[in-house]
Amino acid sequence: MNAPSTWDLLGFGEFGWGDDIALGVLVTISLALATLPIGLVMGFLLALAKRSEDWALNLAANIYTTIFRGLPELLTLFLVYFGAPHLLNGVLAALGTGPVEVSGFVSGMIALGLVFSAFASEVFLSAFRAIPRGQWEGGMALGLRNSRIMILIILPQLIRIALPGLANLWMNLLKDTALVSVVGLTDILRQTQTAARVAREPFLFFGLACVLYLILTMLSSAGIAGIDRWTKRGGTAR
Amino acid sequence: MAPRRAGIAGILVLGLWALAALGLVIYLVNVWNPALFAKYGPAYLDGLVVTVSLVITSIVSGALVSVPVAFGRMARNRLARGLSFAFVYFFRGTPLLAQIFLFYYGFGEFRGFFETIGLWWFFREAWYCALFSLSLNTAAYQAEILRGAIESVPRGQWEGARALGLPRLVIFWKVILPQALMVALRPYTNEIILMVKASAIVAIITVYDLLGETRRAYGRTFDFQTYIWAAVLYLSIVEVLRNITNVVEKRLTRHQKR
Repeated sequence: MNAPSTWDLLGFGEFGWGDDIALGVLVTISLALATLPIGLVMGFLLALAKRSEDWALNLAANIYTTIFRGLPELLTLFLVYFGAPHLLNGVLAALGTGPVEVSGFVSGMIALGLVFSAFASEVFLSAFRAIPRGQWEGGMALGLRNSRIMILIILPQLIRIALPGLANLWMNLLKDTALVSVVGLTDILRQTQTAARVAREPFLFFGLACVLYLILTMLSSAGIAGIDRWTKRGGTAR
Repeated sequence: MAPRRAGIAGILVLGLWALAALGLVIYLVNVWNPALFAKYGPAYLDGLVVTVSLVITSIVSGALVSVPVAFGRMARNRLARGLSFAFVYFFRGTPLLAQIFLFYYGFGEFRGFFETIGLWWFFREAWYCALFSLSLNTAAYQAEILRGAIESVPRGQWEGARALGLPRLVIFWKVILPQALMVALRPYTNEIILMVKASAIVAIITVYDLLGETRRAYGRTFDFQTYIWAAVLYLSIVEVLRNITNVVEKRLTRHQKR
């Protein structure tokens, strides 16, 4: 039997790893997309807590940020992956139900969500500071409730100001998903690693992994540029 | 300003943290094991030394590499601009873990080549590969910091210094760089903190840094407290660095205070 050529290895045929790696791309994208909403909502709530006049809320939110911004992402992942079953099974045993396992995907989602929200809260916080008081006061003068002011006046401006910072965090999130391959999630890096080992072509496959991540980054940049134009569409008239 | 009082929500979430802290302390007291400590304590210290030396070495060598890259990014020459852009884009656009795999496992494929040029001793060792990838990775980030800082100095500074008849090199050293470094101070210290965190990744390619020692200890004992202690150590390093940064920044920018 002839050794399969590079194109056979990358293809979708019998010796090809193309299908496995394509699956890995899907896993990477879905993990990042699944984490994003959690991180954004948590980050926004944390920013609100940091802005509130309640010192206990401030302190609680700051403790959260200090911990999850300071821990290495990989360690956070290990803490969640190995720690969550401990904690969950302790609770479940007290309730009298059987043990559960936390999958790599869910651990990754939780760990990356914790990290993302800690950083996002700071982005939101500085975006809040960039919005002049007059915007709140104007809303109040119109007789709007606080929640309406937030949704109708503040949030649209907030998104515009926070977008570059959040875009950065999205890129970091996309790259950090690679860490979840360490706990067995079959993402891009895991699949290429398997391929590299079996086919004995590490440079080819890890190079491919880098190229795939670069493509994802480029696509994200294009998408973010689109969102940026969308948030600024009201400003063109001025 | 109105006196700040704590509401129900605040007390509730703070109570949750207090509960978590209490739970952690109770857990650590429960699993307290002097034999474990005597066995793995020194290993953790070794790991800490490895982490710190890895970070310092790669920050310094990254800084050296970052200077030509930053000037390449600002050069008029198209080739220099393109090459340095590609360098920065690659290292900032791909995960560090993928880069480390590419250098550590991927370069092994070219063993013959590296043996001929006498560099195989370097790429054979996980430690050197980790150092290599971390240095290049931070070089890409540092180059962008440096470029941003230099470009943040207004044109008028160049023009004013030229009007005084100063040579270009003197202008750069005496006028531009001091102002640029002031801007770059905060991003640079952030980069050091990011490197401390990123260096944990080298544990995957069997470098026994702090996380590497932790993984080894956990693999042998299956005792979860091994990870808790690593978290405590990493958090302390980062917090110490952050506080030093704040003090240094206050001191260096005191002329800007009004």
